[in-house]
Amino acid sequence: MVKTAPKKQGWKLHLLIFCAFCVFAAVSFLAGYVPGMEMARNSTRFLVSMGALFPAAFIIIGLFEAWVDREVVEAHLGMNSHPCAYLWVFILASTIMAPLLVALPVASSLLKKGARLKLVLAFLGASTICRVPMTVFEAMYLGVPFSAVRLLVSIPLVILSSEILGRIFEPRGE
Amino acid sequence: MIVLYGITGILLALSFALNRTRTVKALRLAAEKFLKIVPAFLVITALTAVSLYFIPAEKAARFLGGDNLPAGVISASVLGSISFIPGFIVFPLTGLLRQHGTSLTVLSAFTTTLMMVGIITIPLEKEYLGMKLTIARNAAGFVTALAVAAVTGLVFGELHLW
Repeated sequence: MVKTAPKKQGWKLHLLIFCAFCVFAAVSFLAGYVPGMEMARNSTRFLVSMGALFPAAFIIIGLFEAWVDREVVEAHLGMNSHPCAYLWVFILASTIMAPLLVALPVASSLLKKGARLKLVLAFLGASTICRVPMTVFEAMYLGVPFSAVRLLVSIPLVILSSEILGRIFEPRGE
Repeated sequence: MIVLYGITGILLALSFALNRTRTVKALRLAAEKFLKIVPAFLVITALTAVSLYFIPAEKAARFLGGDNLPAGVISASVLGSISFIPGFIVFPLTGLLRQHGTSLTVLSAFTTTLMMVGIITIPLEKEYLGMKLTIARNAAGFVTALAVAAVTGLVFGELHLW
């Protein structure tokens, strides 16, 4: 079922794939293979831009886990939470502006603290579609009506699919 | 970035002043969580680089420009699901495509799948949610994107029901 913590197996395979990529990049540079060099440069750029974000994001998540009591999360996002909880989840997700790679550990912390799966899924969905700066940027290039239609259609569907997936995947008897 | 680190620093100092042991615990939790996702993150880095090479933004653009609306939507949503392009590149690109006559329907399928469906990030997502839920969540995102594209088409008069 749903895991609240990353599982242990798999990391060896991941490291192996990455090592293979590094070897490929190194050989590309030695042999002057242009596509390989370009891929290596792209990955370094991505690694630096995301990697720079991670330490701060994880320290904040760690502080959240150490300070916020399970009861608080349960009261607002747990089994007996008000339907308005969706509103809070959307506000939270659209203002913290976390990319998915950061929203995922936040979601797993929320689950661990007793938040309902459907609300956590809505949080993940919301963090992908309604980050404030992203939407402003989009409206600048494609127009406000375009962004409005996108949000008006996707927000109810995120809630609907979170409800459905929550019902299917939520462990029973909790 | 500076703001983020400023906030982190303030929170950390505050936490340290209030309770030293709890702060140490928080930092240990942070380090643990961080180390657990590093391997999956590294794989995503490699995949992103490879996909950016094979599907560069300009090449992607050529796929989306066609006259056939359904075909455009399908290729746009597949492309959006596979690629992993940061927002500051995507939106100027979509703006440019718009000027060259790409329909808003196709563009909405492209941007929404980019946001909601991440084939490349599956190795990381499954570490947190499990494989089944990851697949289900991404599939739901894909369906949502198609619905967004359909409504966009209707609202802006590019798609007609008859």
